[in-house]
Order: sequence, then structure tokens, then C-alpha cells
Amino acid sequence: MIQVRNLNVTFGQGAQAVRAVRDVNFSVAEGESFGLVGESGSGKSTALRVLAGLNPHWTGDAAVAGVSVGQRDDRLPRLVQMVFQDPYSSLHPRHTVDRALSEPLEIQGIGDVGPRVERALSDVGLGPAFRFRYPNQLSGGQRQRVAIARALMLEPKVLLLDEPTSALDVSVQAEILNLLRRLRRAHNLTMLLVSHNLAVIAHMCDRLAVMNRGAIVEEMDVATLRRQEPREAYTRQLLLASRGYDREVAANIVTYD
Amino acid sequence: MNNPRTSGATSNWRAQLLTDTPASRNQARLGQFYRGWLQFKRNKLAVLGLLIVLLLIVVAAFAPWIATHDPYAQDLSRRLLPPGTPGNWLGTDEFGRDTFSRLVYGARITLMIVVLVAAIAAPIGLLVGTAAGYLGGWVDAVLMRLTDVFLAFPSLILALAFVAALGPGIENAIIAIALTAWPPYARIARAETITIRNSDYIAVARMQGARTARILWAYIMPLCIASLVVRVTLDMAGIILTAAGLGFLGLGAQPPMAEWGAMISAGRRYVLDQWWVATIPGIAIIVVSLAFNLLGDGLRDVLDPRKS
Repeated sequence: MIQVRNLNVTFGQGAQAVRAVRDVNFSVAEGESFGLVGESGSGKSTALRVLAGLNPHWTGDAAVAGVSVGQRDDRLPRLVQMVFQDPYSSLHPRHTVDRALSEPLEIQGIGDVGPRVERALSDVGLGPAFRFRYPNQLSGGQRQRVAIARALMLEPKVLLLDEPTSALDVSVQAEILNLLRRLRRAHNLTMLLVSHNLAVIAHMCDRLAVMNRGAIVEEMDVATLRRQEPREAYTRQLLLASRGYDREVAANIVTYD
Repeated sequence: MNNPRTSGATSNWRAQLLTDTPASRNQARLGQFYRGWLQFKRNKLAVLGLLIVLLLIVVAAFAPWIATHDPYAQDLSRRLLPPGTPGNWLGTDEFGRDTFSRLVYGARITLMIVVLVAAIAAPIGLLVGTAAGYLGGWVDAVLMRLTDVFLAFPSLILALAFVAALGPGIENAIIAIALTAWPPYARIARAETITIRNSDYIAVARMQGARTARILWAYIMPLCIASLVVRVTLDMAGIILTAAGLGFLGLGAQPPMAEWGAMISAGRRYVLDQWWVATIPGIAIIVVSLAFNLLGDGLRDVLDPRKS
């Protein structure tokens, strides 16, 4: 469903050029959930934004369902949608929930707007009472539910998730993750999830790739992650670090390049 | 006496507006509006400004019924009468025309200038600014250098040149003022657009396949309008003064039209002996300009996007 070959992203030019993504290859099968893990600045979000068509400066091949994401193909909106990290900035402050959910339908010329909006709201566990609220009348978790409902309005095959829970309260995080799991099953979605949180990845994904400094360090399935048996030293260090702060671990952290 | 049924109906109506669960888009929009009004109402000076502006509108709309005399009827036997004279309680000018009636009819011209200038300049500024800010690149460069050219001229000077070229008259004065009023709006709209063009909700709209025109119209402009409304309201005082200035110089409204600036100009010859002829329209200009400024200040408190 998702094919990425020799993806390179460079920001800036000449001496100031930063290679944010270097020769990244991965593919995700239909219905599969794939995770991209890495620390801040490892290029995982950049790779995701390339697939979302939001980053024009890249080379290589990146395709969703055989459609290259490089051109502004009219089929892409119904193939790929995305949920952003910060629900406080991903909803238009002057659009009601109703408007936010109707916009994709109106843009794509899909009729039957009212019932579809209501169905989408109940799909993400929000009652009809939320339909005409403004974002400032919603909590962070409710906003993220609206953002997920909006991403599913066009019934895409692929859902890109950029740290969908890291801006939320711990108590709400689990609700959103379970909602995403349920929706994935109900709509047979292919998911590409970016996170620095290994627990989230272990909960959500079938396979994952670990990124460091723009390159993929290793790919593994989630069982390997659960058994804590990664191949690479960098991944082992990441696993140790994810258990929480430990003076001994922190003292032994090495920079891998 | 407190009628329980009326107060019940009032609180019901208020609850409908302030509800957290509106039942339609219009109710949600009205609710937002009502919340804004509640906030605006707390600023007493702004409410005073609003009342004066409303009074100006009422006076302009019902001028024939409010005016006590024909504003163009001359009566040389009753020229230059002081305020307080029975029959002409704000006095008369050098042709014996009633100052009060001329002020009332002048409100129409003032309001027309303000409304037309705002209606021409604000949309141009909004369109130029949002397009430049969103599209960036050479579009931005071309539009903003054009804006710079217009900004480089002092507005009254450019208006003078324009009126001198096209001939004096109220319509040309309006076009000239509008032509000099839009560049600041374009700058504001562009600055606002640049801060929001990379936000996630714009990225979402792009992913949904929205065209540039739709993104500008449905996503960017609604966010720029608030600061633009504030700026236009604050500028209205300046527009009135510029129009009055052009009228004073004889390049705006032409005699015998009852325009406040032209009335001051006509009265300046008598300013030492019959001070009221020039002073009364001057006071009218001050009051209305001040009212627009107070209103703009109040609107800024309510609409400022940085606060919401």
C-alpha cells in the first residue's frame, strides 16, 4: 500500500544543507500498521510529511497505492489523510466541528453531507451535541477525536499519524489509541504511525522501523520489540532510555552516526 | 414590576445564545457574536462611540425629517446669525443657510465617504495581502513592491494629485482616498497570512484537495478579517479628516454641497467675527472621528485574535 524507495530530503543549500532523511526504504502492506520510531530530529516526521504531500523538496520514489505523492494527483485526497500532533493547532479556530467535517466532502463534491457528518461524529465517540461547537469549546482529547473524524471523512485507505497522542493527557492518550485501533479494524485502514514513544508503537503497530539521524537503523516486528531483542546497539540504547530516566543509562549513552 | 413570563423568555433566549451545544451553524455563529457583544459592552467608551456612530447613521438616513430647513435655501437677510437664534438654533452661514440642517445633510456625505472608502479599500487590501502572503515567491514580491509604491506617498498628497488630475468632486475624492487607504490593509493581511499559512489546518485543507482560491477565501480571510475590521474602524477617523481636508481645499465636495470640510472652508473668512460658522462643523468632525476611534478600540479588545 505504501512504497518508499531511496527517499532523501535535504533542507537548505550548500554548506548549510541538512540531510533530514537519507536513503530511506520501507513498504507497508494493505491493512498493516507500521511505526516509525526515533528521537527528536531523526527525520521520522519529515518522512511522514513527504507521504502527506506537504514537503515538496525530496528525491526518490514515494507512492501510496501506486500513486506517486510527488504530483498533486486528484486521487490522493481519497487515498491518504493525516492526523497531526497538536490538536490545538490542527482545527481552524473559526470553523465549527460541523464545518470542519463538511469541508472535505464539499471540496471533493460528495453529497449527503449532514448524515455523513453525524455518522463520523458518533464513529469517534462524540455525540450530536458536539456538532456545532467551536474548537475553543472542546478539550484536547475531543479536538483530537474531531481531527480523526475529519481525516476519515473521505474514507482514505491510508492514515498517517504524526505523534497523535503526545500532546494529550496520559489518561486521554489511551482512549485515543484504542479509538484508532477500533477504527483501523472497522475501516481496514493502513496506518503509518510516527512516535518517539515505544509503548505507543508496541500497542499500535505490527512492524516498525527505528530511525536515527535521517536513516533507518533497523526494521523489526513488534514481537521482537516486546522481547527486547533488537539487533542494533542504537535500538537497544533507545529501549533502555524509554524505560525512564536512569543515571547509569544516561552516563553510558553514546552518539551513533 | 418584574413580569415572570417576560424574564423567563429573556433568560431562555439568552441561554439559547450562550449554550455549549448549539443546534445549528447559525446558532453557533450568533452565540459567538453574542459573547463578543457581552465583552464589548463592558467597555463604556466603546459603547459611547458605537452610539454616536449609530446616531450618525440615523441622522443620515432620516435627514429630510430631522433637518429644520432646506440646506440649500439661501436667505441673505438672516446671514451669519449666532447659535441660539430662534429658528436657526446652530446659527446660519454667509448665505443665510441653516447650519443645523447643513450638518444633518452633511452626515450623509460623511457616511457615504467612509462607507465607500472602506468598501473599496478593505477588500482590495485583503485580497492583495492574503494572496501575497499565501502564494509567496514572485507574486509576493510584485504585489508588495506595488504596495510600497503606494505607501511611499503621503495619502493627502496622492489624493491631491489624483483629484487634480481627474478634476475636483466627491466621487473622485472617494476614489483618491480609497487608492491611498488600501496599502496598510494589504500589509496587515499579509503579515497575518504568513503567520497562519503553515499551520496544520491549512495543510489539512491542502491534503483534502482544496484549491488555492478556497483556502484563501474559507480559511485565511476569516482569520484576517478581525484585525482588518479593527484597523478600518480606526482609520475611519483619518478618512473623514482627509475627506474634510480635500473639501476644505476645494478639491472634494463642491459648493453648494453641504460637506463638513467645505463648510469649515467657507466659514474661515469669518472666523474672527463669526467663529461659529467654522467651529460647528469642526466640532461635528471631531465628535464623529472620536466616535470611530473609540469604537475601533472597543472592537480591538473583542476581536484581537491574539487574545482568543
